[in-house]
Amino acid sequence: MGRMTFVFRRLLLLVPTALGVTIITFFMIHLIPGDPARTILGIHATPRAIAILHREWGLDRPLVDQYWLYMDRLVHGNLGTSLYYNTGVSGLVTSRLPATLWLIIYAAVLGVIISVPLAMIAASRKDAVRDHVVRVVPLLGLGMPAFWLALILQSELGVRYQLFPVTGYGSGFFGHLHSMFLPSLTVAVALCPVIIRSLRASMLNVLGADFVTTARAKGVPGHRLFVRHVLRNAVIPAVTVLGINIGFLIGGTVIVEQVFAIPGVGQLMINSIFERDFPVVQAVALVFGIMVVLVNLLTDVAYAALDPRVRFDR
Amino acid sequence: MSAISLSAGAGAPDSPPKEAAAERARPRRHRWYRQPALMAGIGIIGVILVLVIAAPLITPYNPDTPNFSAALVGPSAHHLLGTDQLGRDTWTRLLYGGRVDLHIAFLAVLLPFVLGTILGSVAGYFGGWIDMIIMRLVDIVVAFPFFVLIIALVFVLGPGERSIYIAITLVGWVSYARIIRGEILVAKRQEYVLAAQSGGLSNLRIIGRHLLPNVITQAIIYAMSDIVQDILAIVTLSYLGLGIQPPTPDWGSMISNGQNFLTTHWQLTTIPGLAVVVTGLGLSLIGDGLADLMRPGQ
Repeated sequence: MGRMTFVFRRLLLLVPTALGVTIITFFMIHLIPGDPARTILGIHATPRAIAILHREWGLDRPLVDQYWLYMDRLVHGNLGTSLYYNTGVSGLVTSRLPATLWLIIYAAVLGVIISVPLAMIAASRKDAVRDHVVRVVPLLGLGMPAFWLALILQSELGVRYQLFPVTGYGSGFFGHLHSMFLPSLTVAVALCPVIIRSLRASMLNVLGADFVTTARAKGVPGHRLFVRHVLRNAVIPAVTVLGINIGFLIGGTVIVEQVFAIPGVGQLMINSIFERDFPVVQAVALVFGIMVVLVNLLTDVAYAALDPRVRFDR
Repeated sequence: MSAISLSAGAGAPDSPPKEAAAERARPRRHRWYRQPALMAGIGIIGVILVLVIAAPLITPYNPDTPNFSAALVGPSAHHLLGTDQLGRDTWTRLLYGGRVDLHIAFLAVLLPFVLGTILGSVAGYFGGWIDMIIMRLVDIVVAFPFFVLIIALVFVLGPGERSIYIAITLVGWVSYARIIRGEILVAKRQEYVLAAQSGGLSNLRIIGRHLLPNVITQAIIYAMSDIVQDILAIVTLSYLGLGIQPPTPDWGSMISNGQNFLTTHWQLTTIPGLAVVVTGLGLSLIGDGLADLMRPGQ
C-alpha cells in the first residue's frame, strides 16, 4: 500500500469519528435534567424565551430531526447563538482561538526543551542514581493540579520577584513570549513526565541497537554519539507521544487560561459555565474534539512522511 | 526524598561481581517487598489513608464549624496549620478534605474499571462487528480532551458528587477497554483458551474464569495512574465550584478559598495542593512498582 492510499484511508476513518464527536456534543443537551430550555434559562426563563429555544433546537420534534437540524447548522458554520453574549458562537470561538493555539504550541516547545536533556541524562546510565532521580521527580508533576501550580508560580515569580506578568496575553510576538511563559510552563510541567518517560524508553532502545555499538567501536565520543546517533532516532517516538497526548495538552490549557486570564477558548468555556451559557460550552467541546481528531491525523501522516521505515501494511 | 537514594541502592541487586550471587539476587527482585518504588508508594499512601481515616481521633475540631474569633490565625500549637478566613482549623479541613476526595476518587475508579473491562473483553474475544462498534465508540470518546469532557458533562448534569461519578465513568472506561481488548487479542490464541473452547466451556466462563485472571494485571496497573487523574479531576471541579459543594471540605475548594490570601497566608493554598501532589506521587510509585514487578523477563 502506498503513502497516498494510507493518507486517504486515514481520512476516511476520520469521518465516523468526527460524526461521533458531533453526536456526543448533540446529546449533551439531553443529559440536562428536566426541560433543558427551562434549566438553561434559569431565573430568566420567560415563556417566550423558552418557546424560542424550543423552536431553535427543535426540542418538540423527534431526536433524528433535532440532530439533522444541529448538523444542518454545523455544516453552515453556525455553532449556535450565545445566551450571554447574544452573538454567534462561531465568531466568539474563532476570535479566541489564537491565544489557545499560542499556549498549546508554547507549552509543547517548553515541554520538549525541558524533557530532552532530562531523558538523555536518565538514559545515559540506566539504573544509576541520576536515572532514578529523573524517573521519580517528574512523577510529582503527574499528580500536580495545574491551577495550583499556576497560583504558586503567579505569587512567586509574578508577584514576589516580578519576573513575569501575572495575567494576560501580552501584545506582539515577544510580548506573548513574555506574558505566556508562566501559563505555558504550567501546562508543560504536566506534559513533561509523559515525554520524559517515552523518550527515555526509546533512547534505551536505540542505545541497544547494533549501529550504536558499531559507532562506539569506531570510537565516536560519548556526547557526539548521543546527539548524532541516539537523539535523532529516539525523537520520532517522542513526537508521536506528543501527538497522542494533544488531548491531554488541550485539556490542560482550559483551567490554566482561567487562572492566568488568557483570552482563549478554555477561558471562554469556563466563563460560559459560570454564566450557564450552554450553546458556548457545547460548541467549545465540539471544537476541541475536532481539533484533537485533526491533530491525530496530522501526527500519523507526519510520522509516515518523516520516517522512511514506516510500512503501510495496516 | 530519601526514597530515591534508597531505591538507587536497592535497585541494583546484580552489582556483586560473582555470577552465583547475581543468580541468587535475581528472584529476590521479583518479591514485592523488594521493589523500592512499590514500597515507597505503599508507605506514602498508607500514611495518608491512616491519617484521613483516623481524622476524628487526630484532631479535636469540626471541619465545618466556623469560629470567627479565630479567623486567619497563623500556625500555632492549637492550630497546627493555622485557620482559614472563617476560623476553621486548616489541618482538620485537610484531613477531612482528604477523606472526601480519596473516598470519591477510589469509588469513581471502580465503575469505569468494571465497564471498560467488560466491554474490552467482549470486543477482544468476539471480534467482528461488536468489536468494531465498541472501538469506534472508544475513538470518539478519546477524541475529547479528558478535562474538557468531564467539565462539560458535570456542568450539564449539575454540580455534585453524583455527576462526578457519572462523568468519570462515561469518559474513563475507554482506557480500560483498550487495554483489556489488546491483552485478550493476544491471550485468546493461547493453548489454554483453545483447550477450554474445545472442552465446550461457555464463552462467559472462558472470559471470566480463564482469560480475565490472566489479563487483568495491566488494567490494575493503569488504574493506579487513573486514580491520580480522577483526584485531579475532582479537585479541579471543586476549585471551579462544580464539584464538592461547601461547606464540605475538600482539597480543591480549600485551594480556591485560600487563593485570595496567597500573599499573606500562603499555607491556606500551598498545603492542600501539596497533599494532592504527595498523594499523586504515592499512587504513581505504586503503579510503577507494580509494572516493574509484573514485567516478564526482568
